[in-house]
Amino acid sequence: MTNTIKEHCDVAIIGSGPAGLSAAITLQKSGIDNIIVIERDDEAGGTPRHCGHPPFGFKEYKQILTGPKYANKNVQRALKLGIEIQCKTTVTNLGEHGELSLATPEGLKTLVAKRVIIATGTRETPRSARFVSGDRALGIYNTGALQAMVYLKGKIPFKRPVIVGTEIVSFSALLTCRKAGIKPVAMIEANSKASVRWPIYYSHYLFSTKLLLNSKINKLIGKNRIEAVEIIDKTGQISTLDCDGVLFTGMFTPESSLVRMSHLAFDPETYSPTVDQQGRCSDPAYYAAGNLRQLPAEEGRNPLCYAKGQAPQAVNVSGFCWDQGREVAKNLLKDLE
Amino acid sequence: MNTKLRNSNPVIANVDIAVIGGGIVGCATARRMTLEGASVILVEKSTDILAGASKGNSAILHTGFDAPVNSLEHKCIQNGYQEYLEIHKDMNLPLLKTGALLVAWTAEEEKQFSSIIEKAKKNGVDDLRLLNTKELQQLEPNLAETALAAIEVPREFVIDPWSAPLAYLSQAVANGCQTLFNSEISSGEFDGKQWTLHTNNGDIKAKHVVNSAGLYGDILDKNLLGDSEFIIKPRKGEFVVFDKAAHALVKNIILPIPTEITKGVVIFPTIFGNLAVGPTADEQEGRDDASVDKANLEMLYQLALEKIPALKNIPVTATYAGIRPATEKKEYRIRHVTEKNWITLGGIRSTGLTAALGIAQHVQKLFAEQNHQYKKLTSPLLEAVPNLAEHLTRDWQTPGYDEIICHCEMATKREILAALNSTIPPGSLAGLKRRTRVTMGRCQGFYCSAKLSELTENKFIEPISVGETDD
Ligand SMILES: Cc1cc2nc3c(=O)[nH]c(=O)nc-3n(C[C@H](O)[C@H](O)[C@H](O)COP(=O)(O)OP(=O)(O)OC[C@H]3O[C@@H](n4cnc5c(N)ncnc54)[C@H](O)[C@@H]3O)c2cc1C
Ligand SMILES: Cc1cc2nc3c(=O)[nH]c(=O)nc-3n(C[C@H](O)[C@H](O)[C@H](O)COP(=O)(O)OP(=O)(O)OC[C@H]3O[C@@H](n4cnc5c(N)ncnc54)[C@H](O)[C@@H]3O)c2cc1C
Repeated sequence: MTNTIKEHCDVAIIGSGPAGLSAAITLQKSGIDNIIVIERDDEAGGTPRHCGHPPFGFKEYKQILTGPKYANKNVQRALKLGIEIQCKTTVTNLGEHGELSLATPEGLKTLVAKRVIIATGTRETPRSARFVSGDRALGIYNTGALQAMVYLKGKIPFKRPVIVGTEIVSFSALLTCRKAGIKPVAMIEANSKASVRWPIYYSHYLFSTKLLLNSKINKLIGKNRIEAVEIIDKTGQISTLDCDGVLFTGMFTPESSLVRMSHLAFDPETYSPTVDQQGRCSDPAYYAAGNLRQLPAEEGRNPLCYAKGQAPQAVNVSGFCWDQGREVAKNLLKDLE
Repeated sequence: MNTKLRNSNPVIANVDIAVIGGGIVGCATARRMTLEGASVILVEKSTDILAGASKGNSAILHTGFDAPVNSLEHKCIQNGYQEYLEIHKDMNLPLLKTGALLVAWTAEEEKQFSSIIEKAKKNGVDDLRLLNTKELQQLEPNLAETALAAIEVPREFVIDPWSAPLAYLSQAVANGCQTLFNSEISSGEFDGKQWTLHTNNGDIKAKHVVNSAGLYGDILDKNLLGDSEFIIKPRKGEFVVFDKAAHALVKNIILPIPTEITKGVVIFPTIFGNLAVGPTADEQEGRDDASVDKANLEMLYQLALEKIPALKNIPVTATYAGIRPATEKKEYRIRHVTEKNWITLGGIRSTGLTAALGIAQHVQKLFAEQNHQYKKLTSPLLEAVPNLAEHLTRDWQTPGYDEIICHCEMATKREILAALNSTIPPGSLAGLKRRTRVTMGRCQGFYCSAKLSELTENKFIEPISVGETDD
């Protein structure tokens, strides 16, 4: 861990999703040319890269695109402007005054940036943090994992899953299943109505998947691979549903452990960095943008609330994150002057 | 069963000792006897080692301060502890020197301190120290204010529960031990000189048998010896693991004051940089049922929050369960049937991770007593395993790793490929987890499952992906 190379830049952006890239593009266009976008994945573009379905990009490109096409457009735009994107590079620590620790395949590095924008996005809450009874069989996933498997690798992790949740993302999952030849056996929702309204709400009829309201997973069955799930309804009635997988959708939570482990002020309610109206963190060298920044939920965010099926956090669409990246970049510009 | 068919089974190994069961105890025994110079085969019915009781535990290296006085268990714990300290550096096995605190939360509990210290002394552990409320708060400021006093047990440590047995078996294999996976010993005969053991993959001839079948130890004895001296009563222990930010909240393993029935729920730092709470203790029928129960997880979660209030805002990373091969009695059920060249290492209930090396020493002594001396290897090969401990240098901290695949646990492509191509390769995703930490982190595979499904293609009997997409 010694002998790390020390580099400098004006602005370092962590994450090459819509928020990070729109911030980078805005800054570059305003004449800041010493920007580095840091991306831990092997390709740039962020979460949309894994979402081979529409709708993406209407705000930005006046076109309805699939996620990968949209991500590619963003990346090409940034590269054309001469923005440097370093892939396979992970930020492992946020130090005071913009001193970042990086892990790269070539070795550990330190990058000192005058300003940093953190745009590390969100992910869904996995089964473990929802406290679901049962063994740890194969076949338990979130939508993000399913989509990456289907769209990036052409593989499927199950053929007849149960989908848990009825957020927007749950219907992306349904769409993805249909495209990949996966036939979900049911969608289940703890509340008395689906979390999203028409028109998406009715799409489950199109795909002939049954929607079980007022229902929760009681237990996952199967030792090596999921074989069935026990479902409990409002009256306490338990039934068994044969399936070969369970997809836990939604309940987005910020990918914020980097912030949590750092000196930056952290909001324990939203799991997001504490920011002011400019999007600035408690250390003035840092800003935050995109889905990493969550609005407070009505209920607390601890896993027990999730387990009780209380209000999940919504995820913002990419267009919103794009706008926020640009806004934060503008605020940062004022502050750099 | 048809004996003719049986006789025509191919003999796939002919050895001095067959060790049945690739749990912690089997791995340590295979190593010991290989180093003693015996030809050994380790037979495991599962696709991988550590598929039974050894799959999930608290990973504490016990001093044995609270073990039954003068028991074989106590002796094995102390010898196991000692040998681990001697070999861990050479094998690249980690040691997290946490220490433990037996915390009293009520005056009633505090009254038991003197008897605990007395017992520890009898067990040869004489460095226990009393801490009053103030000293305790200074040492562990994040403990709830209701913590009254504590006994410090400075040499209770935390280790890597999976790399240790893997290292033991790897060294055995490097020195000539054979392994046979996916092979269940269903029956066998002893002809007065040697055993013929039947598996679904062929017969094994062995002069001696060591039964380290853990949760199935009684069944194996019954099927091959004709009787068993004990009955396995599986006892499940569930755990909740908190995210990395929790690790810094306590330095010590936080032990409760034990009761007659159970050692109680522990809060402990893990070698992987988390903080965990558990285990529960529930008797059950199923020997393979390591499922978790929501009500138990919630109970553990609340208990942890009560003792360490700052955990309130730290997310849960994982949940898991392990099954203790308990029996109707408390003690180890070690049995040597000299006239049948058979040793049973049964009922290694809740201290086997620590005691395994000591149990293996005991096995060697039993062989020696029976005048089965082998020619001890003079310069055995050492086998170092990759480090997974968070407090030591990980693979991603050394250049040339290609790419980080699991971002939560920082597992690299280089180390995943190395594990897949190692001498004891993982037979399942669970096995790969135990060797690299992949998917063990806060996202549980959200980011890395797709890449893992590709990297592990054709490697597992139960693959991650079950097919290709339609278009
Ligand atoms: C399954 C699914 C379906 C969706 N469908 C739609 C849709 O149809 N339409 C729509 O508009 N939106 C959709 N969304 C939402 C959309 O993807 C997000 O709004 C958008 O991607 C958020 O942008 P972001 O820049 O904040 O984060 P992300 O796009 O998530 O980008 C964050 C980036 O940061 C990187 N990163 C994280 N930590 C580090 C680190 N330590 N070091 C370096 N890099 C790091 C990550 O690798 C990632 O590339 C969907 C989301 C999901 C999960
Ligand atoms: C909740 C919990 C917490 C614990 N905490 C600690 C701790 O902190 N410190 C500590 O030192 N110890 C601890 N332990 C104890 C330790 O984990 C056990 O003592 C140990 O795992 C027992 O290992 P084993 O090798 O005897 O059995 P197992 O691990 O069950 O191994 C037996 C193997 O034999 C195989 N097998 C069975 N039948 C056959 C057959 N017929 N043919 C072929 N193969 C067969 C099985 O598949 C299995 O792999 C804990 C245990 C539990 C459950």
